[in-house]
Amino acid sequence: MTIDVALRHRFGDFSLDASFRIGKGVTALYGPSGSGKTTIVNALAGLLRPDHGRIVVDGETLLDTDTGAFVSARRRRTGYVFQDARLFPHYSVRQNLLFGARRATKCTFSPRLDDVVELLGLQSLLGRKPGKLSGGEKSRVALGRALLSGPRVLLLDEPLAALDAKRKSEIIPYLERLRDSVRPPMIYVTHSVEEVSRLAEDLIVLHNGKIVASGSVFDLLCDPLLGPLVPTHGAVFPATVHEHRADGLTALAFDGGVILVPHLARPLQATLRVRLAADDIILAREAPEAISANNLLAVVVAAGHTHTETHSDVRLSCGGIKLVARITRASFNRLGLQQGENILAIVKSVAVDPQTGPLANGTD
Amino acid sequence: MIAADLLAPAESEALLLSLRVSAVAVVCAFPIAFAAALFVARHAFPGRALLDGILHVPLALPPVVVGYLLLVVFGTREPVGAWLESHLGIRFAFSWTGAALASGLITFPFQYRAIRLSLEAQEPGLLQAAETLGAGSVDRFLCITAPLALPGILAGLITAFAASLGEFGAIITFVSNIPGETRTLPLAIYSALQQPGGEVEAARLSAISIALALAGVGFAGFAERRLSLALRG
Repeated sequence: MTIDVALRHRFGDFSLDASFRIGKGVTALYGPSGSGKTTIVNALAGLLRPDHGRIVVDGETLLDTDTGAFVSARRRRTGYVFQDARLFPHYSVRQNLLFGARRATKCTFSPRLDDVVELLGLQSLLGRKPGKLSGGEKSRVALGRALLSGPRVLLLDEPLAALDAKRKSEIIPYLERLRDSVRPPMIYVTHSVEEVSRLAEDLIVLHNGKIVASGSVFDLLCDPLLGPLVPTHGAVFPATVHEHRADGLTALAFDGGVILVPHLARPLQATLRVRLAADDIILAREAPEAISANNLLAVVVAAGHTHTETHSDVRLSCGGIKLVARITRASFNRLGLQQGENILAIVKSVAVDPQTGPLANGTD
Repeated sequence: MIAADLLAPAESEALLLSLRVSAVAVVCAFPIAFAAALFVARHAFPGRALLDGILHVPLALPPVVVGYLLLVVFGTREPVGAWLESHLGIRFAFSWTGAALASGLITFPFQYRAIRLSLEAQEPGLLQAAETLGAGSVDRFLCITAPLALPGILAGLITAFAASLGEFGAIITFVSNIPGETRTLPLAIYSALQQPGGEVEAARLSAISIALALAGVGFAGFAERRLSLALRG
């Protein structure tokens, strides 16, 4: 499953020029408002004809302005989840869900109504009309409707942007379940770093119609060079629940070893994404004695630190996992860290964010 | 028929004629009004406001003028009227079909306007959503556009029908006042008042008109509630 995209489009004084290739999993299109995210998604769906471009999905050309090839939106089989849900007001939730399914021709993956209803928790809503749904419920129905249309790729255009923090927190677990169970290719448009760090596997960063960075979300999120555009100030990496210890801590295994967090009500082997803020890491050459912090991670000093007058963002590698630690410029100078040096990253358990809780407010 | 016991033959004749003329007028004008409303609501073009204005003209003209213009075009000795009669066997002059034509023309703007407003109130994004879900243009029209326009269609049909029942000037000018052929309720009331001692007859016919209007208003309210329930739950 690959999607090759090359687009050039201009309207007014905005111009988009973007080429990328994506595969299975969740690819986030990230960037501020007006950076061209929705234009790309509309072009993928066939709702917008770009001035120049080529879109090829699994060898099938959907658009090629050189040859004049254009597959209509109707025949592209993209499951588009619009920001404003766009449910049909005169149909019940069940009829909305089945609208695309009844018109689907051939399906790359064709989930059954019962499975989607179960996955998205829609049982009690089936007989209602959209006018009687909350914003979060509408988003879930729109997602289910797109899924049931048997799409080759799901396009999610800021599906959570219209929702408040509480509603967002309701939807995120459903999207995580979808990502980890059905695994459809998804393009997820957002301007929220938190949504990126929870959901995305690959990341494309857009600014003023150009792609400024693309790659694995775990690599890019702790890239200090992207700092102003992707204000994460930390690293995100995958981990699994390894052990629930008698002392009340839960051990999470990741590529760099084990990290201890306060007890986590998740079954063993459950996968999650740990977020480690740069501000929460202390660097040390030697293990301090009698310290309350539970995590002393063996790390190697990498290259590419960035500095401001007061701060240094130090890049570290922990068994292949990239971390970033923000320390003062003074500490950086005092320690005199050398690339390739083995040191310790000290992290309080309570500072590790296993990203299982609700979203923080004000991510926009 | 129950009405036959209560009403004199001339009265039920006028009532049934009124209903027939209005029904035919409204039903025949509907597809044209819908097509015009769809065109104006969905297209941006220079002269859109002008076309919209022209489509409202029958409402602005005095009905007598509309009747006169119809006479000029469709009269049996006029080119169009003569051609229609000799080639297609269609005759509007002095016929109840002429009354329906006049009523349909005069009440056309009611239908056009109500349908256009309901189409313009539809969220255009719904059609895009339907398209990405695999619905073709006819499918989108039948499943999204048309059902969501139903409140406007219903409002247009009811207003136009009610206005058509009351049409007087255009009918009497175009197709005259022929008992059993073009003498609808308003014309019958007018005729009764022209007769010495016809006041009672005029009052009875007016009572029929009032009963008809009340029944219409009641039906409209009922239909509107049922429709809104069906559409929005």
